[in-house]
Amino acid sequence: MQRVAKVGGDQALRRHSEAIAFLVMASLLVLAPMFAYPVFLMKALCFALFACAFNLLIGYVGLLSFGHALFFGWASYISAHAAKVWGLPPELAILSGAAAAAGLGAIVGALAIRRQGIYFAMITLALAQMMYFFAVQAPFTHGEDGIQAVPRGKLFGLIDLADQTNMYVTVLVIFLGCFLLIYRIINSPFGEVLKAIRENEPRAISLGYRSERYKLVAFVLSATFAGVAGATKALVFQLASLTDVDWPMSGEVILMTLVGGLGTLFGPVAGAFFVVTLENYLTTIGQWVFVVQGVIFVVCVLLFRRGIIGELAQVLRVKL
Amino acid sequence: MFELFGISSQALFGQLLIGLINGSFYALLSLGLAVIFGMLNIINFAHGAQYMLGAFAAYFLLQYAGLGYWWAIVLAPIVVGITGIMIERLFLQWLYKLDHLYGLLLTFGLALIFEGTFRNFFGSSGLPYSVPPALQGGQNLGFMFLPNYRGWVVVFSLAVCLTTWFVIERTKLGSYLRAATENPALVRAFGINVPRMITLTYGFGVALAALAGVMAAPIYNVSPQMGANLIIVVFAVVVIGGMGSIMGAIVTGFGLGLIEGLTKVFFPEASNTVIFIIMAIVLLIRPAGLFGRSA
Repeated sequence: MQRVAKVGGDQALRRHSEAIAFLVMASLLVLAPMFAYPVFLMKALCFALFACAFNLLIGYVGLLSFGHALFFGWASYISAHAAKVWGLPPELAILSGAAAAAGLGAIVGALAIRRQGIYFAMITLALAQMMYFFAVQAPFTHGEDGIQAVPRGKLFGLIDLADQTNMYVTVLVIFLGCFLLIYRIINSPFGEVLKAIRENEPRAISLGYRSERYKLVAFVLSATFAGVAGATKALVFQLASLTDVDWPMSGEVILMTLVGGLGTLFGPVAGAFFVVTLENYLTTIGQWVFVVQGVIFVVCVLLFRRGIIGELAQVLRVKL
Repeated sequence: MFELFGISSQALFGQLLIGLINGSFYALLSLGLAVIFGMLNIINFAHGAQYMLGAFAAYFLLQYAGLGYWWAIVLAPIVVGITGIMIERLFLQWLYKLDHLYGLLLTFGLALIFEGTFRNFFGSSGLPYSVPPALQGGQNLGFMFLPNYRGWVVVFSLAVCLTTWFVIERTKLGSYLRAATENPALVRAFGINVPRMITLTYGFGVALAALAGVMAAPIYNVSPQMGANLIIVVFAVVVIGGMGSIMGAIVTGFGLGLIEGLTKVFFPEASNTVIFIIMAIVLLIRPAGLFGRSA
């Protein structure tokens, strides 16, 4: 009898594995500022959201975008410009960044989904490079200097974000909110169609789903979340710069997602924390950072394709 | 001397020549990408890095072995091609059964490793590599001045491209290659060693990139990131041309180089982005690419 009860309890744990993992993650993040620098944590959270947005495409639709820095970087420019030059409060600055990313996502997505597979990656990369050159030339981005000294402002006119704790809580709320939203999207009927397209696109089309529309909506959603991440990062660091729109940033978000586990819910978060921590320790070694990143890419592709969370889920035999 | 829309013939043809030279590199690199993709089903993201390796090989040969340009143009592609063969044996051969994207990610990682390593040792500034003595000086063609070396680059890369086209489309070896692209299992059944052919194809594609690198060394400086931005443009060229046709890759490469050169004359602000804009237009009008077969 006891054994039956234990197995039953086990199954209940398994069924709610995602909810339990979410609670663990949320409480860790609430407690984290006691052990780590808030700015470091906020950076990791912004990248975690960015990676989750990217994973929405690669993990659930099977589309590899090699140009997600475009949405991340341009949203951070727009939000920095809105906060500094237009004097908008932080919530509107972030929203305008996200809206810009959504608009760009609609254009890039509409072009890129006209080709499949490997071409999709090349098209997104090329369009992102084009927008990088625009960012270099456009006067409002201030070229190499970037937009500096962006005011964090007061959230809803009440909460002063210059205070590090207030800023951390804001970033955490944004991250958890978007994370739950992405979870909801993945597990909605819409998300099921996306997964069907990933598994077998001709079959999904033959069942009457207009796969192009689904792909476009998924692309715009992914771009928007990437935009929220970039816009928030601009406020945290009070800076929007060319680094965030350049192609190595697109590579970095792929790396985070790959290390954490493609198509897992928590993988991008784990991967982002891993990569940001690693880079934190590697800042002293200069260009070797790229070499280390390259080695991780090679190792992950050859030996570790499930990623950290994918392997963990395999060992525990649960869904994560 | 004459003028066109207020632009001197000197400036116009000068930019067209630069466009033609860029076009030579686009053609050589997109040709290599197309050949590799045909056999391996992998987009070789390391192609730009291997172009850079070719230029550095030429530089090292000169610095440490005293071997000049003409040695380099033979030896550098062989050396870099051999590293390509090693990469295929060590890494790529395990990926053929997986989704295409893993090949892209792995070669992206390799590109980061090569470029990071070289940037660490040689910094970001370029190293000079001089034009070989036989090709110094230039010709005055009346409407423009043609430096000998630049003329050589255009003629030689055109010759290499056309030879590659001839070998693949018109010889027995090429027919094996094309057959193995269509149906590797059947070609193996006829007793042809397809895995070795795949390995050599990758080596050849990489050697083409290295050859382009050697030719580029005297024009641009030898620098660690010379391939990084170029490869993205070449990707756009490949999207425009479609990878189905060898001749298509050559024509698109040269054509886009010329268009880029013209843009530099008439609308310099857009010269960096014109190829990407053309790519967007082609995607709207002919999604499969100019020479591509629709999926």
